[in-house]
Amino acid sequence: MKTRRNFLKISALSSLMALSGLVSFSALAADTIKVGILHSLSGTMAISETALKETALMTIDEINKAGGVMGKKLVPVVVDPASNWPLFAEKSRQLLSKDKVDVVFGCWTSVSRKSVLPVFKELNGLLFYPVQYEGEELEKNVFYTGAAPNQQAIPAVEYLMSKDGGSAKRFVLLGTDYVYPRTTNKILRAFLKSKGIKDADIMEEYTPFGHSDYQTIIAKIKKFAAEGKKTAVVSTINGDSNVPFYKELGNAGLKATDVPVVAFSVGEEELRGVDAKPLVGHLAAWNYFQTIKNPTNTKFINMYKDWAKKQKLPNADTVVTNDPMEATYIGIHMWKQAVEKAQSTDVDKVIAAMAGQSFKAPDGFVVKMDEKNHHLHKPVFIGEIRPDGQFSVVWKTKGPIKAQPWSPYIPGNDKKKDEPDSK
Amino acid sequence: MKPLLLFFAFWICTSPAWGALDPAVIKQLAAEESDDKIAAIQQLGANTSREALPLLRALANDELFVEGDKIFLMDGEKAMDAVTGIEIQPAPETYESIIINNRIRAELTNAIASLRLQNPDREVRLAAARELQTNTGLEMVPIIDRILARETDAEIKSLLKLAHAQANLGSPLAAARLAAVEALADTASPSTKNLLLPLTKPTIEPDENVRRAAVAALKSIETHLAFAEYVGQIFSGLSLGSILLLAALGLAITYGVMGVINMAHGELLMVGAYTTYFTQGLFRTYLPAYVDWYVVAAIPAAFMAAALVGMLLERTVIRRLYGRPLETLLATWGLSLILIQAARVLFGAQNVELSNPSWMSGGVEVMAGLMLPWNRIVIIGFTLFVLALIWVLMQKTRLGLFVRAVTQNRAMAGCVGVPTSRIDTLAFGLGAGIAGLGGVALSQIANVGPDMGQGYIVDSFMVVVLGGVGQLAGAVWAALGLGVATKFLEGWAGAVIAKIVVLVIIIVIIQKRPQGLFALKGRFVEN
Repeated sequence: MKTRRNFLKISALSSLMALSGLVSFSALAADTIKVGILHSLSGTMAISETALKETALMTIDEINKAGGVMGKKLVPVVVDPASNWPLFAEKSRQLLSKDKVDVVFGCWTSVSRKSVLPVFKELNGLLFYPVQYEGEELEKNVFYTGAAPNQQAIPAVEYLMSKDGGSAKRFVLLGTDYVYPRTTNKILRAFLKSKGIKDADIMEEYTPFGHSDYQTIIAKIKKFAAEGKKTAVVSTINGDSNVPFYKELGNAGLKATDVPVVAFSVGEEELRGVDAKPLVGHLAAWNYFQTIKNPTNTKFINMYKDWAKKQKLPNADTVVTNDPMEATYIGIHMWKQAVEKAQSTDVDKVIAAMAGQSFKAPDGFVVKMDEKNHHLHKPVFIGEIRPDGQFSVVWKTKGPIKAQPWSPYIPGNDKKKDEPDSK
Repeated sequence: MKPLLLFFAFWICTSPAWGALDPAVIKQLAAEESDDKIAAIQQLGANTSREALPLLRALANDELFVEGDKIFLMDGEKAMDAVTGIEIQPAPETYESIIINNRIRAELTNAIASLRLQNPDREVRLAAARELQTNTGLEMVPIIDRILARETDAEIKSLLKLAHAQANLGSPLAAARLAAVEALADTASPSTKNLLLPLTKPTIEPDENVRRAAVAALKSIETHLAFAEYVGQIFSGLSLGSILLLAALGLAITYGVMGVINMAHGELLMVGAYTTYFTQGLFRTYLPAYVDWYVVAAIPAAFMAAALVGMLLERTVIRRLYGRPLETLLATWGLSLILIQAARVLFGAQNVELSNPSWMSGGVEVMAGLMLPWNRIVIIGFTLFVLALIWVLMQKTRLGLFVRAVTQNRAMAGCVGVPTSRIDTLAFGLGAGIAGLGGVALSQIANVGPDMGQGYIVDSFMVVVLGGVGQLAGAVWAALGLGVATKFLEGWAGAVIAKIVVLVIIIVIIQKRPQGLFALKGRFVEN
């Protein structure tokens, strides 16, 4: 009986607290706009996603200091879905229906994006997704500010096949076992076949999340590379498995000049925890590198460094910027421009106003949101790892290229429309 | 006249050596096209003097800069012109290093090696000759010819002959190719296999004799490589086994011998790993000259740190829960969460960076096509050391005797005057300390982060249960068996399937033999 009474007391108290919270929020609501930030701050993905939360907060702070959006201040609502995919859906529902945010910036892994999609569709929310991904998706409620496969994977493999990339004729497609690597490798296999590379010259290998023993894989790569043709490795390994993979690579004496490894999920932030000296010459393909030199990027890097110092982030003196951080930064600014164009935060009006928005990005180009397909036109860079863990750009596109979310290398995609269905 | 001559001589002496190189070639190093850069590098590498060496080294290290039409190196604050060797005044404010890619880097390695082959020091020449073993193209033949004519050392000569043969594989003369194939038949490296394979195809190799020689050479190389692969698999199995064993040994004492289900065991590994990280930080700040030895210093430190944490846990929590396995399980699980969060607060949620000391980096080529990484060799050795340590402690010391007495019959041991509760604390501390040692080893090959222990707790229990609870020797066999089995399965079916198959095998074994593979025989006091 006693416990029950306690329970009643507690629930009454907590609902009171929630009510008072609501009251104070609604009092503020007139002159502020609420913005949701949905990134894992604990668990396996915290390594990558924490920096995106910081970038989002920094950008919001920047916008507020410059007068906000339509004269209203932005108020960030930060939640932690803890690298737990179903929790992503729960937290996004909370953001949309309880906190009533006007827009959400978040997600990293494709599986988390897939998990929140039904919620955003049902409640007609607006999500900005800042990470490169496998494509095969085009939703009215989502804007994709990361790369589609033709803005990262395909140019990287084309580079490996070029003279400067080593004229590779054999490929190892190595990845973590989940939807992004599997789909990307399906596209790459079809692409390689269209370039005349036979199935016998392609090896596909997958490892579980968090795999830490890469001896067998490296031995297999070595064996596969000794078949008379120049071999290259395309790595879609995600998360901290990359550290043991690259360590083993260095120790096993597999040099970048013999078997180059190009990675799609390894950037400045991931290499912060690795001794990069044995990895010099291995590659990564992104739409942004910290080493790109232009005034916008210098400003972006300095802004983040100052932010890290001001917020006393751990290891604030060694913070780096990377591609998904840049994509987050672009996304928030473009949303601001769209709201100002629509003169409203209404989701449908903002979606309409997003078409054709452009922004001077730290990658040195004016990037544009496609009029129809919700993806950015982005430049592609290929960088080689330097001893200090940064990248030197060895190849780049002349300018931004249009995204193809429906890769032409997957059968049946030619019939799909290059715009969301429900529009 | 005389002063001028003197001045001229002085100028020659003080200006850097590369002042005598062709300026046009140096300018070409900054060319837009890779082909032009490579042509310049090859030209510099073909020089008979070593003047171009600093320049090429700087290029390889991203330390050759370009600004406008000037190419220069930075000597502290001073910008030294690469063409004239004279300081540029004022030093350019903005500049970029000349970008090189893998293709250029390979050419640079060869050019630098061929210049170093002219060094009077034998060791330098030997190292350079080894570097020449890959990617030698036809343009290297005259250079190697020239160096071979002057070389006297037999070992360097034989290495150079191999490089010469490699370069000659692309020769237009069939006789030269045949000689090259025959010379290479004895070096069973994968790169040789790569070079010889195209020569077996009639479309590439028109000469019948060369094709036949290539096929014969490949056959012997392949037999050798297959053997090397087999040995490699056994080695990686042993290596994985030794890591499993290090992770599980501490648990074999706390769970296996004392019967405490310690869910915080993984976090004791973490404590060891973070202690290693902490030691590395101390060495970097206070003893930068000895930073390579931080791992050695971390061994006792990690043992002490983990043992202290372990004894603290035992004194405060676990001691109150002896004989209540379910509560122990829950309580230690809670402790593990506390330890994880503590690590997050102290060191941040991100993984921390630990670099292998130089003596643990790289590997040793035990035979052609088989490179064994030093860090794994060292860890196998370390496992043997820890095993020996435990054996001595348990079998040869008074503490070991007491621990064995208490675990076999607590009441009787207490009656004859063994301080059982103190022994419990010490034994738990020992198990925790061993886990700390495991953490030191893990820090050298895996990620160090707050969650790292979670990945090892299941594996550790698997090893202990499979080997037979209460049996240290059982854990050894179980760990090595699991390691080798996993590696052979991985080679055959891939990492994901291998993991599943191993787990299925363990389930079957435990169903058939619930007491584990190596259960203790004899009368035993079971509670």
